[in-house]
Amino acid sequence: MTLRTEPVTINLGPQHPSTHGVFRMRITFDGEVILDVEPVFGYLHRGSEKLAEERTYAQVVTLTDRLDYVSSMSNNLAYVLAVEKLAGIQPPERAMYLRVIAAELQRISSHLVATGFFLNDLGALATPLMYCFREREKILDLFEMLCGARITLSYMRVGGVFQDAPTEFWPAIRDFLSFMPEYVDEYEKMLTGNEILLSRTKDVGILAGETAINCSASGPVLRSAGVNWDLRKADPYDVYDRLEFDVPVGTVGDNYDRYLLRIAEIRQSLRIIEQCVDQIPEGPVRERIPNLVRPPVGDAYAHVESPKGELGFYLVSDGSIAPYRCKIRSPSLINLTVLRDILIGWKLADMIVTFGSIDINMGEVDR
Amino acid sequence: MYGIGIAKGLMVTLTNLFRKPFTIQYPEEAVPQSPRFRGEEFAWYEERCTGCASCAKYCPLGIIRIVTHPGGANVPEGDSYAIDVFDIDIGRCMFCGLCVEACPYDALFMGSGFERGQYRRDDLIITVDELRSSERRPSTWFRPQLEERDYRPQGGEPLSWEEVGR
Ligand code: SF4
Ligand code: SF4
Repeated sequence: MTLRTEPVTINLGPQHPSTHGVFRMRITFDGEVILDVEPVFGYLHRGSEKLAEERTYAQVVTLTDRLDYVSSMSNNLAYVLAVEKLAGIQPPERAMYLRVIAAELQRISSHLVATGFFLNDLGALATPLMYCFREREKILDLFEMLCGARITLSYMRVGGVFQDAPTEFWPAIRDFLSFMPEYVDEYEKMLTGNEILLSRTKDVGILAGETAINCSASGPVLRSAGVNWDLRKADPYDVYDRLEFDVPVGTVGDNYDRYLLRIAEIRQSLRIIEQCVDQIPEGPVRERIPNLVRPPVGDAYAHVESPKGELGFYLVSDGSIAPYRCKIRSPSLINLTVLRDILIGWKLADMIVTFGSIDINMGEVDR
Repeated sequence: MYGIGIAKGLMVTLTNLFRKPFTIQYPEEAVPQSPRFRGEEFAWYEERCTGCASCAKYCPLGIIRIVTHPGGANVPEGDSYAIDVFDIDIGRCMFCGLCVEACPYDALFMGSGFERGQYRRDDLIITVDELRSSERRPSTWFRPQLEERDYRPQGGEPLSWEEVGR
């Protein structure tokens, strides 16, 4: 006698603590095994692209803060690079170094958040998260020194950064660079090689390199699948071409690789910041341009390697003080394309972990 | 093999027992603020303000409301507009500081506080009278002249309009 079974469809979210925001998934299960996943998003849609069309080029910077609110610096950077390309502005040398320092600090803080929440999803409730937030706090303190805010930074401006770093920033960042590697070692001591972590993440949610490329994934998701693609190397912006760093690449593309890769990237970012602090020249930090920039008619696309992947801004100018069109290519949204490939066939308990390992941010998915 | 994890975990607990805590007992202890902190209590100096409304135009949200009439006397700049209304609706403000960046006469500054909780949204509007009478501890955000003097708004002396100019 055979038991008659039938698939069950479950709604996960939009309000669910594991979905990192208001994200909803319609999942069909056969027992515990996932048969089908349908992501539903748009709950956090704020119309950033449309709002940008009625603000001046300088004001849009404040909107970009709110896309991926755990990595505002990278968003600022991508946007100002696009405007600079559009208007043909070359920022001063010192500003470019400051931007790279800020963007790399932001990468560390974003990866710390990603790692912390990833372990939170694994059931290690709050403890690893608090460890990660301890260092993130130090980074936010640095940001506060730099630009007076901690989350919504608005630090970068078209043609540079808004102001030079205060004198107290330099000793503070040296201090940070001296103690941070120890803390990263501490995470690794606690997490890397931990049996529970290994058994829950090793060979779970495997993503093949081919699939990742076909899904146009980018960032840690793509690199963990063994594809060496980093915009900081492939299309260097600001001063990345003068800095020495490695691009960590995964091998299997499972959840564990994605975790390891983020830790490795934190170490590389520390290396980049150290070089920048050593190399940074004196000089102005902001090009003298009018408050109301009027780029010539045309369009421009600029992209950066944000902590989550390729973040791009496509701007169209009609010669006025506001962008005619502003399209944001957000890595979080496009990395979600791999969701079906890495979830279908796995169990319910793996789903939350795998989803957390992609590291999305709803502010950026819905814009 | 299994079981080492427990020992390792307890080791971590033990080492942390003797570490200096990272947390701050907030309401009793003040969180240290950097001088550039973009806080809530805007500092505005009527003596310096000409009523040009650059700040209002530059605000991405348009939440600064300024009403003026001709015939005021601005101290550093001579004849100018007198201010009737200068409202900042900080219930909608995102503390981006663009208004401060736009002010050409160093009349508007970000503040340093962050504890302005209210029960009603209307009470979050800072009116001109409040701005006039408040104790002004301006943030050094976008004001290099204050940074040069090493001014610290948190716990510092309130500054008068003559002390904040370039
Ligand atoms: S801080 Fe920003 S949002 Fe607030 S009043 Fe000034 S410009 Fe407007
Ligand atoms: S505060 Fe500054 S920008 Fe605003 S009206 Fe007064 S002088 Fe003009």
